[in-house]
Amino acid sequence: MKGQDAQAPATPALKMLIVLGGIAMLSGFLVVLVDQLTKPIIEANQQRAIERAVFKVVPGATLRRNYLVTPEGVHPAGDVGSGNGITVYGGYDDQGRLKGIAVNGAGMGYAGLVYLLYGYDPDCACIRRFEVLKMTETPGLGDKIISDAGFQANFIGPDGLSARLNGAGTALENAILTVKHGSKQHPWEIDAISGATITSKAVGKALNQSAQNLLPLLAPHLEQLKRIDIAPAESPTNGKGE
Amino acid sequence: MGMNKSDDVTWDSFAEGLWRENPVFVMLLGMCPVLAVTNSAINALAMGLATTFVLMASGLLISLMRHLIPKQVRIAAFIVIIATFVTVVDYSIQAISLDLYNALGAFIQLIVVNCIILGRAEAYASKRRPALALISALGMGAGFTFALLCLGVVREILGAGALFGFDLFGANFEPWVVMVLPPGGFIILGAWLLLFDWRKHRTQLRSLQEERGRAG
Amino acid sequence: MKKKAQLELRTSPHAHAGQDVVQIMRNVVWATVPIAGFAVWQYGLSVLALLLTAVLSCLLSERLFNRLGLEPSTLGDWSASITGILLALTLPPGFPLWMTAVAGIIAIAMGKALFGGLGMNPLNPALVGRAFVQAAFPVAITTWTPSLFNGRFTSFIPTTLTAPFQRPPAITEWVQGVAVDSFAGATPLALMKFEHAATPVTDLILGATAGSTGESALVILVCGLYLAFRRMLDWRIPVSIMAATAFLSWAYQLIEPTAPGPLFMLCSGGLMLGAWFMASDMVGSPVTPLGVVIYGLLIGFITVAVRLFGGLNEGVMYAILLGNAATPLIDQWTQPRVFGADGRRKQA
Repeated sequence: MKGQDAQAPATPALKMLIVLGGIAMLSGFLVVLVDQLTKPIIEANQQRAIERAVFKVVPGATLRRNYLVTPEGVHPAGDVGSGNGITVYGGYDDQGRLKGIAVNGAGMGYAGLVYLLYGYDPDCACIRRFEVLKMTETPGLGDKIISDAGFQANFIGPDGLSARLNGAGTALENAILTVKHGSKQHPWEIDAISGATITSKAVGKALNQSAQNLLPLLAPHLEQLKRIDIAPAESPTNGKGE
Repeated sequence: MGMNKSDDVTWDSFAEGLWRENPVFVMLLGMCPVLAVTNSAINALAMGLATTFVLMASGLLISLMRHLIPKQVRIAAFIVIIATFVTVVDYSIQAISLDLYNALGAFIQLIVVNCIILGRAEAYASKRRPALALISALGMGAGFTFALLCLGVVREILGAGALFGFDLFGANFEPWVVMVLPPGGFIILGAWLLLFDWRKHRTQLRSLQEERGRAG
Repeated sequence: MKKKAQLELRTSPHAHAGQDVVQIMRNVVWATVPIAGFAVWQYGLSVLALLLTAVLSCLLSERLFNRLGLEPSTLGDWSASITGILLALTLPPGFPLWMTAVAGIIAIAMGKALFGGLGMNPLNPALVGRAFVQAAFPVAITTWTPSLFNGRFTSFIPTTLTAPFQRPPAITEWVQGVAVDSFAGATPLALMKFEHAATPVTDLILGATAGSTGESALVILVCGLYLAFRRMLDWRIPVSIMAATAFLSWAYQLIEPTAPGPLFMLCSGGLMLGAWFMASDMVGSPVTPLGVVIYGLLIGFITVAVRLFGGLNEGVMYAILLGNAATPLIDQWTQPRVFGADGRRKQA
């Protein structure tokens, strides 16, 4: 075949087009087929991942509702973020009572952005838990923010981490601040991990920035989120919150 | 065309890729995933299997179409075929486990630029019978997976004190953080290359001495 | 028994300074003895064990690689001992001994044997070992202990005797028990960087601060000067490193008055040890007089840049390793003109 190619006139362009077109069509068919087959499974996986994180940061929650928070108001939303506004996840217990609101945040750490999901408890106006979604901090140092009991104690205590709005409702009364290890004095301060100060500060920055943006918008509409009606089919065990 | 080698399916058509022409330890191809995703054994295994699947599927299809594809557009055709199977793998892993998908990151999509696959398509699959192409791709994939596992096992044991996620040394083990970071990949790859090369060197030396002994 | 003088026929050079490698290496070992001794007085038994472990692991790995490479033993040239001593001096006093052994093995294996032994290593072996354990055990290598604590000659720092592959115990309580006054647990450089707290320079000069084993600026300076006067090291290297460090920190202090001053920068951290005993390593430093100065300035510059602007609070180790890596390039740039040749530099 090599010999033929060298002497015979060049392959006609039409043949090339047909072959490439044929291969492209075959490829397209395969990709669409696999996409159709896997799409429902992938979506279910993603929902489960979000749900797992939301239920972790909102203790007691068994149901989830998504909301889009904009300066105009708060609206129910789908799983895919729709442009302008902040997507938050309301966590409800099986009676439909609001247990807390899970919100995304991100702050610059030692080796890149630290992405968090944190749970805001409207009853005590505080942050009760946070979960790291993604980070590239040094294993053994920066990733202590997940495992260090002392650091977690900043949030887990009876009053959580204070995130109270000021009287006018325009910003936090006291900005959330990460302080040096061992010098926490106020409920809005985060006691840093010694040896992982930069990552601890990233958590503080992420929480503060996100809370400052979100809470003034969210506060006036909190009442409308307090309760939801549960459809009979929506049992807590298999509820998807959609 | 390509008549220097036997066209029969032999044990060697499989074993060649596994050992004598191992894509990682002998040909030093596909270094990007080798260094990037071998921080744990499970990631290494998943990456190896994904690459093996793409190698076999694209090898088979290219071998089947080897008389159809005009020489001038063969690279374009190969890449489209390879990209298709990479997309298939990408979706499948997302469906199997999101955690695994996040751990492997962009390296699943980057299988498409892994030079082992295009290299084997061009040098082997496009010139052989489908059965041969398939067996050889399986061998190459097995060799690649073996190499990734070599790195992944050592890096996970030292870097996390675990193997395939199972704790080996108890809670008090001090992990060697560097092993799960990029430098660990380079160090362990270097160590394996050193070991294999040293072994090869020693075997050669011994056979040389034996020859001399017989001659003298 | 000495052999009778033989007629020696060989190519130039015929005249030499009468120094050989073994002699220089032996003198460097002597020069580090006071530094090591001072460290033992400061931290007691733990540092003694640290020094012995580091030297022993270096010597054993050197012997092992000699055997694997089918070469005669090179233990007699003292170079592995120096690597061990310098390595121990850069580690925290309470560094677990098993990690010290890992550092020693890596220092010889990756820093030296891999490149073909003494004279072939592009990087300082002791610093290669330290860089590895810094990346591998980030917590242990930043766990500092107070100096001159009570009972240091009768008991070990708790972390020293950690069993192999195990995590060192937390020492916060132990530190509170033995520390004379409040002990911050951070080095002067870390205090300066993260809390803008200055440490008195007298403490720095005597090394009475939290830090690596060999950080007493005064003792190191004296020992280094001894070597320089014996012509066992190139005085231009430490002097240019110190000059660059001092000048840059002085200049930056003019812009930013809260920044640390030149004296603090010179006396804190590993700068003195690095400048006098590590950067001056003959293998890793340039050979031309101009090249040596460029090399020193580069190291000083990187050190100050890391300390002032980097995420880390100490940058001497990386500065010297980068300087080592740049050495071949510096040597190539600064080749003197061949006598009689025209043009600036003729490549063969």
